Amino acid sequence: MLRLETCRIMNGDYAVEADLEIAPGACVAVIGPSGAGKSTLVEAVAGFLPVTRGSILWNGAELTRQAPGKRPVAMLFQDGNLFPHLTVAQNVGLGLHANLRLSSAEWSRVDAALERVGLGGMGTRKPAALSGGQQSRVALARVLVQGRDILLLDEPFAALGPALKAEMLDLVAELARESGATVLMVSHDPNDARRIADQVVLVADGKAHPPEPAAELLDNPPPALKAYLGSA
Amino acid sequence: MAGRAQPVSAYPGISAALLVAALILGTLGAVAFRAEAGTGFGASDWAALRFTLTQASLSALLSVGLAIPVARALARRRFWGRSLLIALLGAPFILPVIVAILGLLAVFGRAGWLSLGLISLGLEPVQIYGLHGVVLAHVFFNLPLATRLILQGWQEIPAERFRLAAQLDAGPLAMWRLLEGPMLRRVAPGALAVVFAICLSSFAVALTLGGGPRATTIELAIYQAFRFDFDLGRAALLSGLQLLLTGAAALGALRVSAGEGFGAGLDRAVKRWDGQEALARGLDGFWIILSAAFLLLPLAAIVLAGLPGLAALKGSVWQAAGNSVLVAALSTVILLMLALPMAAAAAAGRAGMAELSGILGLAASPLVIGTGLFILIYPVADPFALALPVTALVNAVMALPFAMRILVPRAREVLGRYGRLSLSLDMQGWSFIRRVYLPRMRAQTGFAAGLAAALSMGDLGVVALFADPDFATLPLQIYRLMGAYRMEAAAGAALLLLMLSMGAFWILDRGGRWHAEA
Repeated sequence: MLRLETCRIMNGDYAVEADLEIAPGACVAVIGPSGAGKSTLVEAVAGFLPVTRGSILWNGAELTRQAPGKRPVAMLFQDGNLFPHLTVAQNVGLGLHANLRLSSAEWSRVDAALERVGLGGMGTRKPAALSGGQQSRVALARVLVQGRDILLLDEPFAALGPALKAEMLDLVAELARESGATVLMVSHDPNDARRIADQVVLVADGKAHPPEPAAELLDNPPPALKAYLGSA
Repeated sequence: MAGRAQPVSAYPGISAALLVAALILGTLGAVAFRAEAGTGFGASDWAALRFTLTQASLSALLSVGLAIPVARALARRRFWGRSLLIALLGAPFILPVIVAILGLLAVFGRAGWLSLGLISLGLEPVQIYGLHGVVLAHVFFNLPLATRLILQGWQEIPAERFRLAAQLDAGPLAMWRLLEGPMLRRVAPGALAVVFAICLSSFAVALTLGGGPRATTIELAIYQAFRFDFDLGRAALLSGLQLLLTGAAALGALRVSAGEGFGAGLDRAVKRWDGQEALARGLDGFWIILSAAFLLLPLAAIVLAGLPGLAALKGSVWQAAGNSVLVAALSTVILLMLALPMAAAAAAGRAGMAELSGILGLAASPLVIGTGLFILIYPVADPFALALPVTALVNAVMALPFAMRILVPRAREVLGRYGRLSLSLDMQGWSFIRRVYLPRMRAQTGFAAGLAAALSMGDLGVVALFADPDFATLPLQIYRLMGAYRMEAAAGAALLLLMLSMGAFWILDRGGRWHAEA
């Protein structure tokens, strides 16, 4: 279980407060107006922003002071998820060892992960030789070999077209179901939430609200969410 | 420090910066300690101060004054070879001073093309030695720099403003009042201050074209006190004065200037609707041709004069060339070992570092550092035996501010774009440096290394202090050949030096960009 206990997260000169729990294996969409602190919330879980009060716990273990790379967390960012000067296989292999000294068994795991996301045989290419959707698949293959308990998505598919984005979200849901990972997904599109999330965390006015079932919340939004979604 | 976590430690960079500061301030300390033994300023020292200020002011005024019409012409005309000419404006930066001086002598000297033309018209030949020669050489080096700075100001006027001005049917005077005047008031003081600061520490130009009681800069006076009289106290006193001057000028320049973009974009032509009448077109053409000729003729002269001498180069010249290549290579390695960690530290949140190194680098004078090093080394070792490493070290420090301007913006970009991803992959320290930082910095590293190698290859400064008669770098050997009136051999060696400098720059810059993914 992921717990944020009376957390106060600083991002420059504004703060986000969070006091909530997320069940293991849940797929949670983080939605809310832009600038409200959606990214701030997931960056704190990843360890990029300082938590000045409270603590973050995973299955009872304290994460608050751990370095980002030591947490049971994999994260995909809005852009820059791949290193353009490394091959596809190297980019995936970073998920096993950041220094890229991999045994042959580990390289086979990299190949298997690429196979799983539908990029078998493309390991020697550079990211520039792939389409946008394929690049996203490489990043997901790395998440797969990382095998972390928590997956954070900060709108990594925002630049893709609607059909491709839906395809990627389905792949994320599939991979998470297989591995049992807990997913936190920032989104400004309620359709993303409906598509794969079973719960929604609303971030508004500097506060992250506890998760609520996705369908009910979106069908029957409270005022803060209603203001964000509009009347449509 | 409650900022973002970073995958690379700032400490190696901070150590490098401290090392540089220790070198600059430590040598200054050594100099100051010796200076107490001095006997105060003599008449010749005041003359050196006066001459330094006079020539720097004149050089700055002329360079910037001429750069304004040239930059304006370049900003509003499009013609064949325009981007080549703009690229060429960057060349004097890596052109060895001694090569340019030989070129200027071939055009403006007593036996130069201009004098020959005047004589054939029955007039007197021109005289290049003295104040006007020094100023001429400084304008040759700094007119392109000032033009680039001011051109940047013109390019930064948004295209919409020109459209609006055209819509309002603004004539030349209105254009001036609305757009150009305010821009120049913002840009020109910075350009003046930068050129003034550069010319303050002029040594090689003054050494070759100045000299004598009426045309000696402080840098040259330091050299003479040191080399001819071996009066360390006086050299130290002059060094203190020089440091005060350059330090004040560097601070002034940093305050009023926005910093030169080495970056691309200067060859972009903004669409203009004004200045289409025949007079404006004629004037712009005049300035473009004049500036191109002023830049290209001395270079052409060097190539023409050097070609016959190139085949007959002596062994001593080749030996000096070998020394120069060694100095340049060593200097480039030292520079990169200082600048790459410093750029990482600056990008990881220690922004003050970049500025500090900029101020120190601009204020530092090679002759002052050289004097200080000599004083420090003298009791423990033979300074003349260390001429090569000392020259390489001082050259690296002098190239540092330029390298930082190239490296820091890119380092910021790399850390901004890949910092979080690397941290989340637990990629830190050496594996981040090897896998991400160095590969992503390659093109900029190559450019900085190219500049450093070319600058060091052509440097005629501290080596003049430290070299004994048996040791020479190529620029020093050329200077000695000129002193012996062996102008043909000097021209041949100068052409060799030109090829070595440009070649080193080209290879390193090209090597950095070779197969580098965007």
